[in-house]
Amino acid sequence: MQKALKRYFPIFVLPTLIAFGFAFIIPFVMGVYLSFCDFKTVTNATFVGFKNYTEIFADTDFVNAFIFTFRFAAIAIFTINVLAFSLALVLTRKIKGTNLFRTVFFMPNLIGGIILGYIWQSIINAILINYGTTLVANPVYGFWGLVILMNWQLIGYMMIIYIAGLQNIPTDLLEAARIDGASSWQLLKKVKIPMVMPSITICLFLTVSNSFKLFDQNLALTAGAPSKKTQMLALDIYNTFYGRNFAEGTGQAKAVLFFLLVAAIALGQLVLTRRKEIDQ
Amino acid sequence: MNNIKRKLSNVFWFIILSVIGLVFLTPVAFVFLNSFKGKLYISNSPFSLLTSTTFAGLTNYINGIEKTHFFSAFGWSLFITIFSVSLIILFTSMTAYYLTRVKNRMTNILYYVFVFSMIVPFQMVMFTMSKLANMCHLNNPVGMGILYLGFGSGLSVFMFCGFVKSIPIEIEESAMIDGCNPIQTFFGVVMPILKPTAITVAILNSMWIWNDYLLPYLIIGLSTPYKTIPVVVQYLVGSYGGKDMGAMMALLVLSVIPIIIFYLFCQKYIIEGVVAGAVKG
Repeated sequence: MQKALKRYFPIFVLPTLIAFGFAFIIPFVMGVYLSFCDFKTVTNATFVGFKNYTEIFADTDFVNAFIFTFRFAAIAIFTINVLAFSLALVLTRKIKGTNLFRTVFFMPNLIGGIILGYIWQSIINAILINYGTTLVANPVYGFWGLVILMNWQLIGYMMIIYIAGLQNIPTDLLEAARIDGASSWQLLKKVKIPMVMPSITICLFLTVSNSFKLFDQNLALTAGAPSKKTQMLALDIYNTFYGRNFAEGTGQAKAVLFFLLVAAIALGQLVLTRRKEIDQ
Repeated sequence: MNNIKRKLSNVFWFIILSVIGLVFLTPVAFVFLNSFKGKLYISNSPFSLLTSTTFAGLTNYINGIEKTHFFSAFGWSLFITIFSVSLIILFTSMTAYYLTRVKNRMTNILYYVFVFSMIVPFQMVMFTMSKLANMCHLNNPVGMGILYLGFGSGLSVFMFCGFVKSIPIEIEESAMIDGCNPIQTFFGVVMPILKPTAITVAILNSMWIWNDYLLPYLIIGLSTPYKTIPVVVQYLVGSYGGKDMGAMMALLVLSVIPIIIFYLFCQKYIIEGVVAGAVKG
């Protein structure tokens, strides 16, 4: 059977592979190479070694974006997961209307980042105008605005995954713990949390990669204002490519660093939490 | 006694959840309410309810639709999403089937390259991909389908592979013995079994492509008639920002409505699909 199928490579694999080559493999390889070059268009590049990379560290915009992204990610990842898990705990108590609540909490996740950004921009501005100020007057507003926006968008999504995890815990296990006299707190800490470790791994992975790669919401909410102080890494890279002259090489070098950072954090987190999962 | 206590605590949680639910709905309700107000009243009294003086009827909607050619954007968003998702379902399921069933070094390497592509952020290939796409004349809705097939294939191939592995090979072998060639076997026997995974993959990709801003903006740009919804929203608000709040509110409502309708009709599949996708991913 393998033999018969093998000859069909051009039909089964080639179309995907060609598209994958155009959209990913060639741009990726070119991107890595061009990060060591000076170029304006991709066809006339001159090799300059590590010059682009050394320039990045003198770039205060990038350093600011780096700090902003880490601070944002740390807070957003924590609040989203704690709130989503708490909601999941409540929604698995067999309360009336559970389905309706689930529907409502999940809904924001389907709205695109650009639209979400402008919805929240108008609300936050409507509130701040009472105090005679606007969202872009102070980077603190932009920071917390983004945190609230991402919570609104992702809590429902993570909640759904936690609910699926909690529902997979065998009821006899919970019964046994209750008969042995475990309090609700002990039940949560010693049974529920260890048993939903796979869901925690997934949710952390999703929130980590979403927070670090955030672009649309950042662009729509503040676009980095005031003076690039609320700019995250993805937006900084975009602005380096399209907002400056003769900075394509620097932009590409930033993109490579960004890729390495995202990959390292995502994989590191996977390894760390996978270790805590118990075999069921 | 215990029963009463449990009932009371359930009532308590019901109230808490209702409050949170209202908080979740407020942003959408806020935009909806303001989309019917005259544009001056939006900045002066954004939280007041509609009165006969602030009510502006459909003026904002007419303005917003005219400025952005919203219906054209809606059409192109729909076309690009449906076309790309169809390509993705058809071709990545075939690829995943081949990579799982034919075991050699090449298929193994390919599989890992697909998986690897999932963790690469778009900014890494953003500039080179858009230049390449322009050189190859992919800067049109059909080209977008090819690019989405390429960039979306990592996750889709990975998810289909996970499912194909669990299909017993005997079914396919008996189809082969009955004289089916691999193409007939795939479409007649394997594809029907793959249907639940195909729905999951379709939902995840539709959500991504429908809402995607940067790829259509960079590839298709503003000078063509093929702009999608996120592109026109960013264009209207980004350049007219603060000037016509009314048109902005109307446009936000118009962008959200199709998603909510789709969600209410396919809720079960969407939630199941997202859970299945997350667990496999």
